[in-house]
Amino acid sequence: MAQNTSELNVVGKSVPRIDAHEKVTGAAIYVDDMQFGPGLLFGKIVRSKVPHAIIKKLDVSKVLAYPGVKAVVTGKDTPKPFGLYLKDRTIFVTDRVRYVGDAIAGVVAISEEIAEKAADLIEVEYEELPAVFDPYESFQPDAPIIHPDLGKYEVVPFIFPQAGTNISQHFKLRKGDVEHAFDQCALILEDTFRLPQIQHVPIEPHCAVARWDIDGNVTVWAASQSPFAQRDLLAQGLDVPHGNLRVIAPYVGGGFGGKAGISIEANVVAMSRAVKGHPVKVRNTREEEFVGTNVRQSVHAHYKIGVDKDGNLLAMEAQYYFGGGASNEYGVNIVRAAGYSCTGPYDIPNVKGDSYCLYTNTQIGSAMRGFGMPEIHWGLEQMMDRMAEKLGIDKAEFRRKNCVRTGDIILTGMTMPDIDLVACIDKVAKAINWGKKEEPSAPNKKRGKGMAIMWKAPAMPPNPGSSAIVRFNEDATLNVYVSGQEIGQGTFTVMAQMAAEAVGIPYEWVRITASPVDTKYSPYEWQTVASRLTWSMGNAVRAAALDVRQKVLDVVAKYWNEDPKDLDIKNGIVVSYKSEKEQPLQKMVVYGLPNENYEGWQGGPIVGSGSFMPTYVTGLDYDTGQGARAVVHYTVGAQAVDLEVDTETGQIDIIKIASAYDVGKAINPDLVLTQIEGGAVHGMSSAFEGYVFDEKGRMVNQSLVDYKIATAMDAPKKIHGDIVETPLEDGPWGARGVGEHVMVQTAPAMANAIADAVSIRINNLPLSAEKVYMMMHKEEFEK
Amino acid sequence: MLHEITLTVNGDPYTVAVKSHYTLLKVLREQIGLTGTKIGCENGECGACTVLMDGDPVNSCLVLAVEADGHAIQTVEGLSKDGKLHPLQQAFIDHNAIQCGFCTPGMLMVAKGLLDKNSDPNEDEVREAITGNLCRCTGYIRIVDAILDVAKKGEF
Repeated sequence: MAQNTSELNVVGKSVPRIDAHEKVTGAAIYVDDMQFGPGLLFGKIVRSKVPHAIIKKLDVSKVLAYPGVKAVVTGKDTPKPFGLYLKDRTIFVTDRVRYVGDAIAGVVAISEEIAEKAADLIEVEYEELPAVFDPYESFQPDAPIIHPDLGKYEVVPFIFPQAGTNISQHFKLRKGDVEHAFDQCALILEDTFRLPQIQHVPIEPHCAVARWDIDGNVTVWAASQSPFAQRDLLAQGLDVPHGNLRVIAPYVGGGFGGKAGISIEANVVAMSRAVKGHPVKVRNTREEEFVGTNVRQSVHAHYKIGVDKDGNLLAMEAQYYFGGGASNEYGVNIVRAAGYSCTGPYDIPNVKGDSYCLYTNTQIGSAMRGFGMPEIHWGLEQMMDRMAEKLGIDKAEFRRKNCVRTGDIILTGMTMPDIDLVACIDKVAKAINWGKKEEPSAPNKKRGKGMAIMWKAPAMPPNPGSSAIVRFNEDATLNVYVSGQEIGQGTFTVMAQMAAEAVGIPYEWVRITASPVDTKYSPYEWQTVASRLTWSMGNAVRAAALDVRQKVLDVVAKYWNEDPKDLDIKNGIVVSYKSEKEQPLQKMVVYGLPNENYEGWQGGPIVGSGSFMPTYVTGLDYDTGQGARAVVHYTVGAQAVDLEVDTETGQIDIIKIASAYDVGKAINPDLVLTQIEGGAVHGMSSAFEGYVFDEKGRMVNQSLVDYKIATAMDAPKKIHGDIVETPLEDGPWGARGVGEHVMVQTAPAMANAIADAVSIRINNLPLSAEKVYMMMHKEEFEK
Repeated sequence: MLHEITLTVNGDPYTVAVKSHYTLLKVLREQIGLTGTKIGCENGECGACTVLMDGDPVNSCLVLAVEADGHAIQTVEGLSKDGKLHPLQQAFIDHNAIQCGFCTPGMLMVAKGLLDKNSDPNEDEVREAITGNLCRCTGYIRIVDAILDVAKKGEF
């Protein structure tokens, strides 16, 4: 092939974001900015005030009688179960509420004010049932059963609910002989760790508009990471053919997993069915955002880990109990991911892992940045730190010695694809001056450093697909149609770079035609989750771009009477390496080229397509979790934290966070760094966050004042990022994803740094100043 | 009860009828049609709705529309002039200080409010000025760098 692939024009360059101009001028459109005219109606979702109860009576007559109310929708209107992996929920509850916040009814009115006032008039009579909020309590045989019909729910083949219990999923991992291996260990450590539920807190609250037309066509405008998956779920839940359902999804004002799958969108569609022809809009208040949308699951994790006298990891036992909330339709797969990755990024020959998803009477657990990995690395990376400490081995060295390497047969039996975690450890150690004790800034402060490493695979069904369509305009600008969502990660920019590179045109000529994504016109994309777009959608875009490239070359080759193999496209001009002729792309990509003496024409409007789907992922054995290929690949990385603890208040100040991730190939290096920086602060913030409930399961910190996320004053001033590039075999230009990984191990790296500073070990998040202070002065308090 | 108010938005005079409890945010978005100013919490906790009122940054969700009567409001839509981006907008692009973009309009306005009062802030002053504006994506570092860069160049 004439194209010189070693010289890249735009892939690997930090070009400016393609969406930046729209976003700095206020022109970028989010769902709430879309205009629907005077026919727009407003909806309010009425939510349960008790954690677990049978609904004895539901009286909506007063609501309906309120002037301006157009309809009230309840579970009677939405009896059909739906769900991504496990069909365990209905759009509105039918007979029972399972958490404070469960959707009981939807009120549609001519104004927001009327909908809100009328919603207060709903009369619900509850027969309260015992509730369970903690995952480990939910696991116990005497726990109140939250889904008595669990055995009857439809479920995908790789999820295993246990009827008669609260266990919606049990993933078992068995490798080697753990019992025998523990006998050989020189040191065994065992401990329990816990994490509360936390929230994504995108600055844009969930917002959806739906219109059910009289002819049966349904349109939804949603803040969504998953327009196609949402269409699929809505089709299931509401018995509408896929072809009649249209999801339109513009820019997303922050997702982090919270806008993956479905939350209020299904409620809004069901509400719109009652007022056919009128669009109905629901926009969550910040309080509703906390109470009524999905969260990261709570976890109770237990580890037993053993090493030989030289510090080689020999055996590990882990039990993960995830509090999945009232519905586990999405959460079951997070638990599966935690199960098949349960060792973290370590090579351990003997493993016994049990990962459980448990129903709890709390907010619904779902996807959140990291997808099970922050939850398991929190305890695991502290265990490894303690192990090294007890053995007297440097903590970075202990990790270098035991971490996964290319070619290792990992816990599921899969061969580890090419990665370089040791390089990541080396880079963060250098950036943080590992091993050098730094001076604290004041006498009442103590300073420490900590490290943590991570791995994460895209957690998906085996066959999630991507597709792309590309189309030339007359001036040779190129429209690239994709359905991966721009949620801030920069995917539009990266796709434009890939398309430009593969065709051979300037980056500035590419237009990403995806805001909004419209399932009626846009090509299929599974979901914007799992840090999969750069890899999966990137492969589809590259294929589509190569398709139009070939079509252009074929037309020009015929026109010049040459072999397409001798031609190339350079900077938007077709060149021949043989005849040295040149042909600009302008006009010919739509109008074609004339034959000699205008005796007929060649070509025509050039359109290309491409798709990608991994075909090699295998099932895993139910009893052992073993299989040839559990996942598509892993991204690995390391982080190190330098911090100070105020011994008088327990306050933690982060001085610096250093991170390094192996991204295969950085398509846009500066965008990779912005992910690394933002993720480190997200990870840091998450260590201080947590839902707080009263004894009745009511969230008590449902505002941004009481549920604090990191501000510019809290975030560290120094955030260092490094990029390692070990190419991924089936990644476009070798690239793999890095969006979620960047926050996975920040919290344990902080805990390890706190241990280094003040010699305390904190097993349960959040890392509140109060908790740190109490633990530092434990002996005094115990007196 | 409806009140007729007159306010200047990005230099243009508007007269609108508002209810007593309407916020400036609601009027800007729904009655004047400027949707660049975002709704994040409606409680003054996130800063996404920050606009300048007579040059001072305010959370427009906490300002009643009637309080804005007779005042001059600047929103993100009024930042660029004659098709040329404001230096803060350009700096946000150059520093990759934008991700999802939802906090960006509020960030730009609070930064303009700061620089108009203090043309040479240090890093701590910038961080303090934007501390009421939450960003979940960037970790703030690029935003702070962008603002400091504009201040350093002094052309705004």
